[in-house]
Amino acid sequence: MSNVKTILKNIGAARLIIILFLFSLIIAAAGVGQSMSVLASDSLVRFGMNLVLTLAMVPAVMSGTGMNFGLPVGILCGILGGLTSIELGGTGMGGLVLAIAVALPISAVAGYLYGRLLNMVKGSEMMIGTYVGYSMVSIMCIGWLLMPFKNPSMVWPIAGRGLRTTISMDSSFGSVLDKLWAFQIGGLTVPTGLILFSLFMCLLVYLFTKSKTGIAMAASGDNPRFAEASGISVNRSRIIGTMLSTMLAAVGIVVYAQSFGFMQLYQAPLNMAFAPVAAALLGGASTSKIKISHVIIGTILFQSLLTIALPVANVLMPEGNLSEVIRLIVSNGIILFALTQAGGGRE
Amino acid sequence: MSNNINTPKEGDMGSKVKGFLVTNIVPIVFSVVCLIGVYYSGSSIPIILMDVVSRFNRNAILVLSLIIPILSGMGLNFGIVLGAMSGQIALFMVTVMKMSGLPGVLLAMLLSIPFAIVFGYFTGRLLNKTKGQEMITGMILGFFANGLYQLLFLYVLGGIIKIDAPNLMIGSGVGVRATIDLAPMKYALDRFTIMNISTEVDIFTAMMVFGAVFALFYGVRLFVKKETELALKAKLGLSIIAIAVGAVCVNMESLRQWRALVKVPLLSYSLILLVCLLIPAILRTKLGQDLRAVGQNMGVSSVAGIHVDRTRIVAICISTVLAAIGQIIFLQNMGNISTYNAHENVGMFSAAAILIGGATVSKATVGQALLGTLLFHLLFNVSPMAGKNLFGSAEIGEYFRVFIAYGIIAVALALYAWKQTMQAKAQLEQD
Amino acid sequence: MPDIKPVISIKNVEKSYYGNKVLKGVSLDVMPGEIHALCGENGAGKSTLMNILFGMPVIHMTGGFEGIIEMDGQEVHILNPRQAMEHGIGMVHQEFMLIPGFTIAENIKLNREPLRPNLLGRLFGEKLMSLDTLTMKSDARTALNRLGLDVDENLPVDGLPVGYMQFVEIAREIDKKNIRLLVFDEPTAVLTESEAEKLLDAMKRLAAGGVGILFITHRLDEVMQAADKITILRDGTQIKTLNKADTTAKEIATLMVGREVEMRQKERAEQEEAPEGGREIAMSIRNLRVDMPGERVLGIDLDLYKGEILGLGGLAGQGKIGVANGIMGTYPTSGEIIVGGQELKLNSPKSSIAAGIAFVSEDRRGVGLVPDTSIELNMTIPAMVNQGRFLRHIGPLSQIARQEIRENAEKYIQELDIRCTGPRQAVRRLSGGNQQKVCIARALVLAPDILLISEPTRGIDIGAKSLVLDTVDRLNREQGLTVLMTSSELAELRLICDRIAIVTDGKVIDILPPDAPDADFGLAMSGVPVGTQSGGAAD
Repeated sequence: MSNVKTILKNIGAARLIIILFLFSLIIAAAGVGQSMSVLASDSLVRFGMNLVLTLAMVPAVMSGTGMNFGLPVGILCGILGGLTSIELGGTGMGGLVLAIAVALPISAVAGYLYGRLLNMVKGSEMMIGTYVGYSMVSIMCIGWLLMPFKNPSMVWPIAGRGLRTTISMDSSFGSVLDKLWAFQIGGLTVPTGLILFSLFMCLLVYLFTKSKTGIAMAASGDNPRFAEASGISVNRSRIIGTMLSTMLAAVGIVVYAQSFGFMQLYQAPLNMAFAPVAAALLGGASTSKIKISHVIIGTILFQSLLTIALPVANVLMPEGNLSEVIRLIVSNGIILFALTQAGGGRE
Repeated sequence: MSNNINTPKEGDMGSKVKGFLVTNIVPIVFSVVCLIGVYYSGSSIPIILMDVVSRFNRNAILVLSLIIPILSGMGLNFGIVLGAMSGQIALFMVTVMKMSGLPGVLLAMLLSIPFAIVFGYFTGRLLNKTKGQEMITGMILGFFANGLYQLLFLYVLGGIIKIDAPNLMIGSGVGVRATIDLAPMKYALDRFTIMNISTEVDIFTAMMVFGAVFALFYGVRLFVKKETELALKAKLGLSIIAIAVGAVCVNMESLRQWRALVKVPLLSYSLILLVCLLIPAILRTKLGQDLRAVGQNMGVSSVAGIHVDRTRIVAICISTVLAAIGQIIFLQNMGNISTYNAHENVGMFSAAAILIGGATVSKATVGQALLGTLLFHLLFNVSPMAGKNLFGSAEIGEYFRVFIAYGIIAVALALYAWKQTMQAKAQLEQD
Repeated sequence: MPDIKPVISIKNVEKSYYGNKVLKGVSLDVMPGEIHALCGENGAGKSTLMNILFGMPVIHMTGGFEGIIEMDGQEVHILNPRQAMEHGIGMVHQEFMLIPGFTIAENIKLNREPLRPNLLGRLFGEKLMSLDTLTMKSDARTALNRLGLDVDENLPVDGLPVGYMQFVEIAREIDKKNIRLLVFDEPTAVLTESEAEKLLDAMKRLAAGGVGILFITHRLDEVMQAADKITILRDGTQIKTLNKADTTAKEIATLMVGREVEMRQKERAEQEEAPEGGREIAMSIRNLRVDMPGERVLGIDLDLYKGEILGLGGLAGQGKIGVANGIMGTYPTSGEIIVGGQELKLNSPKSSIAAGIAFVSEDRRGVGLVPDTSIELNMTIPAMVNQGRFLRHIGPLSQIARQEIRENAEKYIQELDIRCTGPRQAVRRLSGGNQQKVCIARALVLAPDILLISEPTRGIDIGAKSLVLDTVDRLNREQGLTVLMTSSELAELRLICDRIAIVTDGKVIDILPPDAPDADFGLAMSGVPVGTQSGGAAD
């Protein structure tokens, strides 16, 4: 009995509600005649394509800057890498590697600058991160219009300049990871390459957290005063955390885009931070503590929820976009709940 | 004990000018940007003015609604989105009741108040639980409430609550259409007529009317109440000049185009004026004193026996109610409600406007709110055209203004947080 | 002759927290117009007595108190601070309770503003009435005049000199019309000498107006200057109440410190009394200034000899805590520190660790530990980061060496008798004493030459206390570890230290042997160096 209680406590009330909700959705989905294997395949793909973006929360939270609401900064760098790869004619696995190779140094620089900024505004990182992300997205909107990309698959055909809103990746490196070593069991398609790549990123991050730098970073986030007194530079740790988070976001969006099949430009990255934040929180992280297991569990729950909610919602409410409404309520509800738990209330 | 406190030294002219520049750098920079924009937009002044007068009318109260939470130490209240929703719910109800004209608008305002108070109360409760993170909480709350709002308008209205208004609902009867037509209430406030005389007048007549109102107000204080401040005399003088300029221009043939294009809705502007007077009036009361005390130091206020949490809730309620009324004014001017989007950017645009006016996260005045509204919407008006003329693409101008809105908030927040860390450091050093 | 009743009469008050008796029968009377000083070391029970007087929730949440409080001869029951205020008891806080952006007048009338009705007020009630600014200003003026403070009440408080802020606080209290008893808690702590003079004058002036004053201070010169009566508390016991005329500062000092139980004297203290010049200096501190809020160090010269335990004592807030923090570089520091012939780079914990110094902070939870991390990692993080130990290196990359870390933790768990479920338990779940042992282990893992240990027994139970002290003593004796131990408990310093430096007002007042007379310690704590300069302090 007490075991059950501790298990329940560990799961947490919020997560329990979501899990129950998910189960009822699954039953409902079966009820309305949805194919389970299709839903499971979709869930697997969405898990794989979103995992790295959620993983980007790990170094940020660990280093003490809280959830990285400035994720669009890294996402933009990733898009830039992807576009460069397409422009240079990168295809298949080579195109993907090229995209990541271009994105990483850019995102490292951007992350460094962003980390410097966050060090100046300790305590307000999340709010400022949000608006830094927004500003970057809007300034890059101008950038997409002006950048000298030439590849006809990316540029508006009539004007001859300015990048398109969505850029198809069919002819470059769309689905390379999804199709790598993919196999089918029954009706279930397993995107092996995608899942393995994402999990491999998790492993890299895990190994980093167990290195000297990683341990120092975690100590800075957990107790900055302890870290300072132990000869660890907290500001440096925070910059490293922010850089890593930004770089993971860049890799994350490349993985996401190849799976999605399109690069989405302009306003699309604006609110891309919220889903990963919500997923991490749903997995059991808080604004000051996070583990890789939180990221994996959270992404599975959150993405399955959205995947399964969609067809159910469409049957229940043919008009309107109920799954979008559910996404809004669930993800922001989780973030709000986490904010009230993160202390405050003191006078 | 002798009085040896240093009063600020009377600086020479140079340092005064420098001080003025430093404290007002943000509005000055944006004035310059706006002027450049106006120049390159290639539009004529009256056409720009026409648009700015109506944008100002639509947005001023929304921006003013941010002042009280700022002074109460809660930063920019992105939760005014909930106020805007209250206004839209009330307008929807009024439309269902088939009310029209000014009574419809006034009833909507009245109906929106209880909604706004309830929403404000819950927002305040939530913000009390997240002290120090009020702004991000307010922002996320806005998104969250948007989800609930959509649930209400898409599924509950018509689905659970039967609405007998086929013109408002989607074909199946469940869910509200994406656009609610407010034609019966359009301009009800702006173009209200008394005995066939429209209260919407040209800009010069408006100058004379408001000049007269102010002249009367200052005159009474100077000559009846016998107050003697020098500033009062100056203000009286300015009011009289406004009347004079208006009177001259209203008859000038060369300004005919101005008179024809630039129309000022007197009733709406009077309402804005009323809010402008109401806010300082509130701040001069006991409640206002509590709000300011809580805004500066919650700990000290609490020890002095001020109910900190309650005071903060009241501040948010006032803000939410003002936002509800502001949104109703906005929508009666637009003439329709974009059911699922009209409220979305209210918080962000209002915050950007007040910051451009020179306000910060902890200090704001009515003047800054008004100036900011003016500059921000001037920028909004001119940037697409200026972008087209400068870069050959109107889109660049459009993205530029969005960037300005986001960027100004990011910079203001960052500067404020940075100043706070610096102050905390300085505090340690002299403590 | 009319019968004058005391403003307040505290009769035989006792109070325990969780079975631990902190007040053991205290009685005192304050007559109208009397300044009654309350003296005692930290933990003597002064603040508990004040909490009772003000009906603070902490008292009633822990079962109330025994005894009677009377005001003007009537028994009163003060259940919360508001009731205390209604009974006319006022407090001048040690930290200023002022709103910086408000004017002096607005601060004096904070939340007691006079109101006048207006349109909004008539409609919506009192909260929307206007402030009567004219009455506010004149009330403030009156209160300031009573204190003899000639300052414009329209000035904002922000930017006022500290002394003026203190006066604004006092003005706020005396503006409360019914004020009968005013408590001053260490009011001169932040004031300059001339400001303190003026404050004492104002106190006397208020007393002459018939207000009773309770004056809590450690500065015995001020007591002798201003007080009419003096009550001395020690360990919750009322030692004595004296008339000023019948006593001396020295007597008060002796009574304050007292000799607690018969102490086990440190054996080596006599044995190893080596000649001054012959001892090797482990660390030499010159003109050390540390900007630690509340524990400021204002220029200290001190030599720490190799192999000794040097104690740093003194009252709270006087700067003793700042010394170790300055050496470690955890707060902004200036001056010169020489360790092993090398000048230490200041403000850099990394350099201090590299110089062989390890630090057990007074702030265990705040600085000493990473609360949600395991015991084993807490012990080894500084060694990993600073000394590259407990790591396996793979080219430029590194991974923690789990086996080594585990063995190290197990060793110290056994050695220091840390009660835990195992090396992987999170330190948050440990008791205070065991957390302290983890902190000590973390310091020892660095294999230091010099150990700085601050308030090692604060907040831990008796059994753990003696174990911690024994550990320090044993390390010193067996391994020749040099120790600088800072503690508010004089008794424990006298138990294990070779020499004890008393820090008052940010300076070393005196360095005393552990067996010096009580009066010497007491006087040193109140800022009077009477003891023999028994070496160490460089002149």
